[in-house]
Formats: sequence, structure tokens, C-alpha cells
Amino acid sequence: MAEVLVVVEATAAGVKKVTLELLTLARTLGSPSAVVLGGTGAAAAMTDKLAEYGAEKIYAAEGDEIDGHLVAPKATVLAALVRDVQPAAVLLGSTQEGKEIAARLAVKLDNGLLTDVLDLSTDGVATQTAFAGQTLVKSKVTRGLPLVTLRPNSVTPTPAPAASAPAVTSLDIALGDADRLAKVTERVAEQKGSRPELTEASIVVSGGRGVGNADNFKLVEEIADLLGAAVGASRAAVDSGFYPHQFQVGQTGKTVSPQLYVALGISGAIQHRAGMQTSKTIVAVNKDAEAPIFELTDFGVVGDLFKVVPQAAEEIRKRK
Amino acid sequence: MNIVVLVKQVPDSGAERNLSADNTVDRASASNVINEMDEYAIEEALRIREAHGGEVTVLTMGPERAAESIRKALSMGPDKAVHVLDDALHGSCAVATSKVIAAALGPLNADLVICGAESTDGRVQVMPHMLAERLGVAALTGARKLTIEPSGGEASTLTIERQTEEGYEVVTASTPAVVSVWDTINEPRYPSFKGIMAAKKKPVQTLALADLGVEASEVGFDGATSEVVESSKRPPRSGGQKVNDEGEGGVQLVAFLASEKFV
Repeated sequence: MAEVLVVVEATAAGVKKVTLELLTLARTLGSPSAVVLGGTGAAAAMTDKLAEYGAEKIYAAEGDEIDGHLVAPKATVLAALVRDVQPAAVLLGSTQEGKEIAARLAVKLDNGLLTDVLDLSTDGVATQTAFAGQTLVKSKVTRGLPLVTLRPNSVTPTPAPAASAPAVTSLDIALGDADRLAKVTERVAEQKGSRPELTEASIVVSGGRGVGNADNFKLVEEIADLLGAAVGASRAAVDSGFYPHQFQVGQTGKTVSPQLYVALGISGAIQHRAGMQTSKTIVAVNKDAEAPIFELTDFGVVGDLFKVVPQAAEEIRKRK
Repeated sequence: MNIVVLVKQVPDSGAERNLSADNTVDRASASNVINEMDEYAIEEALRIREAHGGEVTVLTMGPERAAESIRKALSMGPDKAVHVLDDALHGSCAVATSKVIAAALGPLNADLVICGAESTDGRVQVMPHMLAERLGVAALTGARKLTIEPSGGEASTLTIERQTEEGYEVVTASTPAVVSVWDTINEPRYPSFKGIMAAKKKPVQTLALADLGVEASEVGFDGATSEVVESSKRPPRSGGQKVNDEGEGGVQLVAFLASEKFV
């Protein structure tokens, strides 16, 4: 079976969930090969996890040259690998970095590119949404191989029936001067607490203007923690200074697609819907019965969130 | 410093948006505006010009109507504009678009190309790196903060804070470079009456594909590297329940979550 290249993304906590989704999808398309582009020792630390999800091979390019520059070296190494192994497809996460690597790869190979894909069939047809999720689009690459970035939480990550035993192949890192132009001089961790990452979380609890102030966001965080969820915020809440921008859901913020999306005090302006409309189940609490968020909800409560949410928190505790 | 700002006209994301029969974004019947994030790019360019001197040029690729957005952009304060306008561009994919914009950027000889991190119509986020790849210059993308240190010589040092999922990265490069910005970077100014009047007289150069040395077969539907097979309006979500809180709203909500196995 033809190889399908999966570009691995990882954090300090290990392989990212979107990578496991990509490996799960890759198994339906061919023989998954994981491509690790990172610092020294990155591949060794991830081999077991990648094997569990069926990576038949692991390609690794490691070191400061890769890790110390913004994406360009990764694209260069990946382009050489694609030319070498002629894979059936190249899959990346539809994350900032995944899309950036894919962008450079598309130019290098003069190859089509499909981003924010929700599903990819064996005949190369990708499903995407447009305009805040209101339009469904099927598209395919017509020049080159399917080069696709997958929106996190689009596929349920499933371990392979039997773990593979992948050999790790080290890739040559042959960079040009243009690959070394943007240097990463510092990485600063800012995320607070132990909540899951917003775009990868199975459950997201978001607060909007109706939350009223920054202090009240504790209520949103409390429900989130009870559900093991990530916390999000609408643009109105972020612009009002209630919550930091990196948690903004919607246009000009993050796009999330969790199993459950809980909208608290969010009216559901189209700009917010752009970031959450593909969530599987949506519930909301809002005091305005006419709020557009209720057009999306599977379950909506019209009421004062300062009464409804504490009661819900209490009820979850009771059931635990 | 010679700065070029990339400005895209997009359908207003607050209004009805559709695809046309040929599966391209319907721009003809839409209410069109400057891509919001590009206003932050314009503002950043103007601030750099104020601090370091130089010239700001707006570069737009788009149909005739995009001229409205170019005037709007100029009313904020840039010096001049270039409009890449050619019927053959209709239906161009991102890869082809980057080829055209890179060709237009060539003669402008920019020290700095600034753009919004994404457009509200496509939200693809690939253009800055595609351009950097074609031009062989640095790309500093996703900036929430940009600082510039002139070095006395030709090149200046650019440093950005790039928002990441874990926090931020500090990334640095020398000019020339492409920088993309998020809306956290500044607060764009409103055009003044004087600015609006002045914009009417600012030079706008219109360039066709032939002026850029790009063949019509390389762009549009003919040159596209991907195609839309079909598109459809997503059916509205339906079947949802809505209850009025009469003292049990929280309990009812959790009962629903439990029925769906979330609790």
C-alpha cells in the first residue's frame, strides 16, 4: 500500500491529539508514515504513541536547525521526503503551523492544497465548510497529490488493531539560506492550569458578554473544570477584557469542533458561529429567547446564567 | 522604510454570504468590505511610517469593485496603491494567487510586506508563507506585537511575538520580510474627513496579468491546483429543545448532558 505521510505535532505533553486523528485517517487511505520534525530526541520520545496509532514508518528530522527557525526548514525537509517517497497523500493538522508548512510545501511542489478539511475520502475528495459553517463544500486537489490539513476533532482517534513496530529513519537536513531567515529566539509558556487545549478539547465551555465581567468568568471555569473542558470566550468578552485573546472562539480567533460546546451568555453572532458551528452537540444558556445561538442548540435554556449555571454545577457534583 | 500592505476585499461576514454557480465566492451580490484583519495591517504600517519614515503602498488583487476598498484603505493614510485587476484571475486558487501577488510585489521592492493573518472569507492563512517562499524572504507570521530596530544600514531587525497554543514565541528576522498580524496588535484608526478627501487624489496603479509577466493559463480555473466538486447549503440545525428557566433550568440542562453521556 502506498505511504501516506502524516506530519506529527507535539507539545511538552507529547503527541497532539490531531496527529492521532491524522494517523487514524491515514490508515483508511494507505500505509501511515509519521514525519517528526522537531528538536533532538523528538522522535524517540514519541515512537510508542505513533506505533499505537499504526505508524508503519517514522521519518525524523531533528535538531536546532529545525526547531530554531519558523516552519521554513520543516517544509524544505518535507518537500525532499515527498519527492523521494512519492506518497499517496500528505496530511497535516489544520493548526497555525500545519497550515504554514503546507503553504510552503504547496509552492515548492506546485501542488494544490486543501485546508480545514473535516474528512477525506479514499478517492481524494475532501469535505470542508465555508462561511461560518453554513456552506458545505466537497473539493479535491487537481495538481499533484492530496495535500490536506485536517481540522482538529474531525476524526475520532482510534488505536490501530495491532500496534506497529516502526523503524525510525533519519532524514538529511539540507537547508538553504532562505530557510534560516526567521529565528525563534524564545518560547514562553502562558497557558494557565491543566485544562485541555482549546482546539483539541472534547468539550468547550465558552462565556460571552452576558458573563458581565472578568471575575464572573470563574463561573465559566468552574463548569469547564467539572466537565473536563477547555474554556473559550466570545470576541465580545475578549474585547471587554473579560478573558485573554488566546481563548477567543470565532472569526479572528480559534475554530473549535468539540463533541460538546456550551455557550454561556453568548448571543451567537455570525462571527462567533464561524468558530464553533461544526461542534457535534451545542447547548446554551442565554436570557434572550431570541438570541441567534438558539438556532444552533440541541438544548437551550432561556434564563439568567447566574442562576442556571450554579445550579447546573451543583447538579453535576451531585451526579458525580 | 518601504512598506506594502496587502488588502483584500471580502464579503461582509455579518451579512448573507454565498457561493456562485461556479463555486467561487459570490462577490457581485455581496456587501463587500475590507477584510477586517487587513485594517490592523494598515494601521501597523502607518505606525511604522510615523516612527521610521518611508512610504506605504496598498496592494490588492481583485475585481473592479475592489477599487472601493482600495480608496477606503487609502483614506486611513497610505500613500498609494496598486490594483491587480484581470478577468482571467477569477477562480484562482491560493497557489496561483500567491504567484500573482509575488509578481506584483517584485517591482515594489518592499522592505516590509504586512498583511492580516487571515481573511474572513477563506480563513486559509497560507498567503504570507506562500509569498515568503516565492520571494525568498523571511515570514514572521501571527504577530500580536511587532518591533523594528533600524540597524543604520539597509536592513532593519524585525521581532514579533507570535501567539501559539502554549503561549508565545519570539521570532526575529532582518528585512526584507513578510509579516502577518492578528487583531490584537493595535487599534486601527478611523479615516478622517481629510483622509477621505485626500484618498480620492492618491495614485492607484492598475496592473493586468500581462504587466506582471504571468500567463492567463497559470491562473483562474485553468491554472487552479484544486477544484470544488460540489457545494451545498448546510441544512439548518433542527430538533433542538429550548426551555425557559423556571427554577429548574440548571437541572434540566445537566439532565440533557447526562442523556448525551457528557456527565
